[in-house]
This record gives sequence, structure tokens and C-alpha cells, in this order.
Amino acid sequence: MDQWKNFTKGFIKENPVFVLLLGMCPTLGVTSSAINGLGMGLATTFVLVMANIVVSLIKSQIPDKVRIPSFIVIIAAFVTVVELMMEAYLPALFKSLGIFIPLIVVNCIVLGRAEAFASKNSLGKAAVDGLGMGLGFSFALVLLGGVRELLGSGKLFDFPIYSENYVSLLFVLAPGAFIVLGYLVAIINQVKKN
Amino acid sequence: MAKRESTFFNMVVTLLAVTFIAAAALGFVYDLTKEAIELAKLRAQSEAIKKVLPEFDELGESFKVAIPSSTDSLEFFPAFKGEERIGVAIKTYTNNGFSGFISIMAGIDSSGKISGFEVLEHAETPGLGSKMNEWFRNEQKPQQNVIGKSPSTHSFKVSKDGGDFDAITASTITSRAFLEALKRAYDAYEKNMNATTASAVNQ
Amino acid sequence: MNYFVIVLGAILVNNIVLMRFLGICPFLGVSKRISTAIGMTFAVAFVMVLATIVTYLIQVYVLDVFGLSFLQTIAFILIIASLVQLVEIIMKKVSPALYQALGIFLPLITTNCAILGVAILTIQTDYNLVEGVVFAVANAFGFGLALLLFAGIREHLELQNIPKGLKGAPIALISAGILAMAFMGFSGLV
Repeated sequence: MDQWKNFTKGFIKENPVFVLLLGMCPTLGVTSSAINGLGMGLATTFVLVMANIVVSLIKSQIPDKVRIPSFIVIIAAFVTVVELMMEAYLPALFKSLGIFIPLIVVNCIVLGRAEAFASKNSLGKAAVDGLGMGLGFSFALVLLGGVRELLGSGKLFDFPIYSENYVSLLFVLAPGAFIVLGYLVAIINQVKKN
Repeated sequence: MAKRESTFFNMVVTLLAVTFIAAAALGFVYDLTKEAIELAKLRAQSEAIKKVLPEFDELGESFKVAIPSSTDSLEFFPAFKGEERIGVAIKTYTNNGFSGFISIMAGIDSSGKISGFEVLEHAETPGLGSKMNEWFRNEQKPQQNVIGKSPSTHSFKVSKDGGDFDAITASTITSRAFLEALKRAYDAYEKNMNATTASAVNQ
Repeated sequence: MNYFVIVLGAILVNNIVLMRFLGICPFLGVSKRISTAIGMTFAVAFVMVLATIVTYLIQVYVLDVFGLSFLQTIAFILIIASLVQLVEIIMKKVSPALYQALGIFLPLITTNCAILGVAILTIQTDYNLVEGVVFAVANAFGFGLALLLFAGIREHLELQNIPKGLKGAPIALISAGILAMAFMGFSGLV
């Protein structure tokens, strides 16, 4: 597989959110605005890339039976790095993402990529795979967050688009997350078919 | 390189090594960011204080004031211009929001009027209760604006309960809680006026 | 704090799945049949309560004491992963029948964010040990309630004539949205 394909598969064809339905908790939980979606997406991307790199580097040193626990420790370490960095330098975003930052550690995408891809592939491939998947995840979160923010508060990236009098609050509330994601999945399925 | 075998010894050593390296690396990152995290927290607080008070030169020493019939306390931040105390910022709260806890920084000027407020923490419904930070400072609508008013001259309740302020549309509970938090700050201010004046003299 | 408020809050008002968005993966994954939903609920309840107790003790008596709270994430996930393993081994030995019923769900639980989420929330909201346990039990019930309701809906959905484009995941998500809307009616209750 060439690197370009390896990189782009995460966007539509194997998009972790729309196609594989992985990492649903942060996907639904933080996407009340496009900015939050972007922040969460990039944080996850960082963890994905770093974990993939480290796992690929040390894959031959890890006995098979303790593979998963070792991967989890590595992932948790990078998640904590993100947590500390964000609290220090992006406190506002840290606050609005809240509990979903430490929960990156149980995001199935991260462990899934480490286990299914990075532990079997070379460093370069693993890094590109992590970056592609992470950006695909970010793309999904920004799209979902953007649609919800636009319909629910009349803004996009905090930039007012139309009057607040015409918004439907439902979309920034919990049910809106499920409903918008449902329709987005349906649309992506259709796009993939054509 | 051949894959290491899953002998008991290998497994224990690997897990220990991975955990140890991860913990050590995190200790390092933690040390790096510790100061920045403290600073970020302080900055958020001092920015809120600046927003809610008229212009001041320096902050006096902050102190905590216990609330009667509760184990909680409010934090007072007196502000001075020259020798004169021009106001106090009070970190107040309520537990009666639609989703529970709301934390607010309230500014009270030397004449006992609310000079400003800033919602620090809340979990109210986005688009409804979360509007409180704008709603209660709308200068065009005196029925909503709390700034420049004092609980000694106005009744800090929503109009539905016989008070002087219009509740946020569809968010009466949030509005009630918000006004209650401001009132709580004012009551504590009133009761501890002497203490604050005393500390002003000491300065 | 009043235990009743904790219970009501966790089950209805801030339902862990529909309002807090934790544990969505099993919510979508094992909700096709009511019977599997019940099995999953009990497995989650068991691990959730156990994990909350152990993580609480570790946080208070180890991490806080030594000023290591920045290791919270890593410590908690390790505890949960090893607890799940332990439960699996013990269950296999002690009660093969129970293992048969719940065993297949156990490996899925390590990456169930509801478990880690509840453990962290217990620390964040400053609950004490008893309140934490009540909170964990209530959340397990909340998880079970959402899962059961949703499984019931999905069993019916299978018999319906659904537009082709919405079949499968999309209609499941939209139904979950409508269920969440129903739960919004409880907000403001406590």
C-alpha cells in the first residue's frame, strides 16, 4: 500500500467515526461547537501518532501476552501529556472538553490502531496511519460540531452566521448529537456508494 | 529482531519497564507544566476580578469569609486605588442552578452597588441558562441589568417571585440561582464590611 | 449529599449514556437483543462498582498522599484493566455458569469509557467512598435502563420498513436521539 492511500483512507473510506463507528463517546460528547470538535480531534491525533510511533518502535520487545496492557500504558502516558499541556496552555479548551480528555485513553480508535496496525508495521507507515486516522477523526468531529453549532446557535467557529432567533436549540443539546450524527452517517454511506 | 517470548520473567520485566518509563516521563512533563498550570489558574481569576471591578491599582490580600449555617466560605478580594478601597470582588456560588453548582465572581463597589459579574463555572443548558452572563448585563433592558444596582435598594429576585428582575426566557431556575448567588455575595459583604474596612486601615 | 439525589440524578437526569455520552460503544454495539443487553448491564455494574472502590482508595491513599495525582489517568486505566482480568479469572474458577453468561462481555469492558468515566467523576465531584459506591451503582442502573430501552426499540426497528439510506447505524442513532429527547424531560428534577 502506498503512503498516500495509507494516509487518505481515514477520511472517507475507513473514517473511524462515520464508517467504523469507533470513538463515539467524545464524538457525541464534545461536538456542541466546531472549535471543541477541532480541539478534541487534534488532541486525539497527537495521541494516535505518538502511540503508533512508540508501539511500532518497541513492537519486537513486547511479549505477546502483555501486548495490550503495555499499549494501554503507553497510550495513557501520552494522554496525560496532552492533559497537562492543555491545562497549562489552553485552559479554556481544557475546561470545555472536561472529562473527555482523560477518556481519550479508552477511545477504541487509539488502541485499535496500535493493535491492528502499528504493532505489525514499520515506523513510517505507523506514523502516517496514525496521522491519517487522527485527521479523519478530527474531520468528522469538526463536521459534526460545525453542523450542530450552525443549526443550534447560528454560529460557525464562534462567528455569527444568522440571527439567534431562528436557531433550534435542540441541536446543541444531547439529542441533537445523536440525530445529526445519524444523518451524517447516512449521507457518508451514500457518498461512499457512488 | 525476533519477538520476545511470553515467559513469566519477560512479561513482568516488560510491564515494569514500560510503566516505569511512562511514569518517569510523565513526572518530567508534570514538572515542566506545573508552573504554567498554576499561572493559568491565577490568570483566569485575576482577569475575572479585573472585569468585575472599576479600575484599581492593586489588590489587597484576599481572605475567606464563612457563610452562616454552612461549611462553605466565600473568597473576598479587596481592590485599592491609592489608599482608598474602591471595591471588593467576591467569589460567590449557588447550588440551585438548573444543573446544580454555579460559581460567579461578583464585584461590589465602595457604595455597595454591583459593579460587575463574571460567571466562572456552570453546567447550565447551552443556549438557555448559559445566557446568564449576557442577559443580566443588558444595558438596554433595565429590567434585566443588575449592574449599578444594589440588593439594598432592589429586590434580587425574579419578577415572578415578586422581585425586580426579569428571568431569562425559559430559564427561571437558572435566573433565580444567579440572583441568589449575587445576593449571597452582598449579604456576606454587608456583614463583613467592618472587617474589610479594618483591613483597609491596616494597609 | 443526599443519596436519593445522587441516585435520581445518575439514572434519570444525567443519564450516563444519553446525557453524559459515556459508554456509547456498548450502547450501540450490544443493544441488538434484549438478552445480551441484560448480560452486558450486569457485567458493567459489577466492574463499575469494584473499579470505583479500588480507584477511590488508590486516589486517596496513594496518589494524593504522594502528590502524584497527575498519574491519575494511567493508574486508573491500569487498575480497571487488571480488575477486568482478575474478575475474568475468578469468575471462570468460581462460577462457570456466570462466566458463560457474562464472560464474553468482560474484554469489552476495559475500553468502556463509562467505567473510567464514573471513576474519574467520583473523584472530581468530591464524593466520599459511600457516595461513590452509590453513584457507581446508580450509574450502572442508568446504563442498564438506557441499554434495555434501546434494545427494545431496536428489536422493533428490525421489523419496520425503514428508508434504505437510513438502515442500520443511522436509524439507530436517530432513535437514540429521540430517546435522549425523552430523557431531557427529567432535567431540572433534582
